[in-house]
Amino acid sequence: MAIVHEFEYFRPEKIEDVIKLLGEYKSKARLLAGGTDLVVRIKDELEFPEAVINIKEVEELRKLEFIEGKLHIGALVTFTDLIDSDIVREQFPFFWESVKTIASVGVRNRATLAGNICSAVPSLDSGPALLTYEADIVVMGKEGERVISALDWFLGPRKNALKESELVCEIIFSLPERKHGGSYVKLGRYKGEDLAQVGLGILALEGNEYRLAFCAVGPIPKRAKKLEALLNGKPLTDSLIEEAKKLIPEEISPITDVRATKEYRLHVAKVMLERGIKAAVERIDGNGPAYGEKLI
Amino acid sequence: MKKISFILNGEKRNAYVEPNDLLVDVLREKLGMHSIKYACGRGDCGACTILLNGKGVRSCIILAIEVDGQEILTLEGLSENKLTSLQESFIDHSSFQCGFCAPGMIMSATELLNKNPNPTEEEVKEGLSGNLCRCTGYTPIIEAVLDVEKKDVDKK
Ligand code: FES
Ligand code: FES
Repeated sequence: MAIVHEFEYFRPEKIEDVIKLLGEYKSKARLLAGGTDLVVRIKDELEFPEAVINIKEVEELRKLEFIEGKLHIGALVTFTDLIDSDIVREQFPFFWESVKTIASVGVRNRATLAGNICSAVPSLDSGPALLTYEADIVVMGKEGERVISALDWFLGPRKNALKESELVCEIIFSLPERKHGGSYVKLGRYKGEDLAQVGLGILALEGNEYRLAFCAVGPIPKRAKKLEALLNGKPLTDSLIEEAKKLIPEEISPITDVRATKEYRLHVAKVMLERGIKAAVERIDGNGPAYGEKLI
Repeated sequence: MKKISFILNGEKRNAYVEPNDLLVDVLREKLGMHSIKYACGRGDCGACTILLNGKGVRSCIILAIEVDGQEILTLEGLSENKLTSLQESFIDHSSFQCGFCAPGMIMSATELLNKNPNPTEEEVKEGLSGNLCRCTGYTPIIEAVLDVEKKDVDKK
């Protein structure tokens, strides 16, 4: 099926020019990076942009660097770039484990992390890691730069904190100073390129601190504050895990849709919590299943 | 209409395109690259896979205008002179029935083998997980990819 809707196309090379175009076309402009979401939405007639601004020539958005304990991921960095990066795999293995579950190679070769968070779908596999590492999202607009915490980024399904004429420049997160381990548990309908029915990311830090975030079980990817309040400060034991599992129905609000029923999601979230938190804690000391191994 | 230029299967080509033209349509209709198949149109099935700057991508969700100045390889270019060992291996293993998925499968598997000449079964499955086949049940496809290396060694 061809695209029926017509639009202007721009290919600026500088951030300033992108911002200028965004200022001109306002809500009628769409930024194009990987296009794996945008092009489908234009095809489906869910978006009718007047201007499509391809930002792939803006070289400064392409950086992927680890400086002074912080990982900087430019807006043009694709999921394949992240998966192939030694720094990401070695220093942020839990993030690496999460992004490896996204779509398929042919999509990951184009799709970007920045585009992914701008789409802000409920089943966002990159969401839990960004929420638990407490990433910062650097955006730029006419008024200059703003930094938005990942914790304040997701506002609703497909809604984020970006203003009309702003673009995401980079996503930054720090390597936690304490020893830590993490896990991303994703349940799709089959192995391979499916969207999550439930996704759970856990970052466990030495000293019994636990950060947990879910995706696909509510309108936005979200930190599990009630579970964290129960778990924090306590060493992980079987009885603590049982208590935490009981809290799950209060923490998440899944719906029934084509991918799974609400009841199934609630049940399986408990199983995932048990496996995920055990793996995260074991991984603090380099034990447990290797990163990237499927936990469910 | 805007003029774009790019390298297609080793040759410089030009095309006049509208901003909303899809790459798959321009390659198939204007440039005759009929190996590229169009099925889901939304990046889910892999039938339209080509290599763009060496990487497997879905030509059904790329605007043609985006590839100005870049390099594309399709199945036509891959086997211009003779079949690759991978293609021979597909034949040996009867890895197609209707064949509709085959060009995309071969492009994705080519990318995989370029990056990782000796993949494990898990790696082959992961590399091809975005390419759907409705006929074969995948086993002969996976076996064909796993066997390529052996084939290359036998030849030497
Ligand atoms: S036709 Fe392009 S991925 Fe299915
Ligand atoms: S052989 Fe028919 S779809 Fe694969």
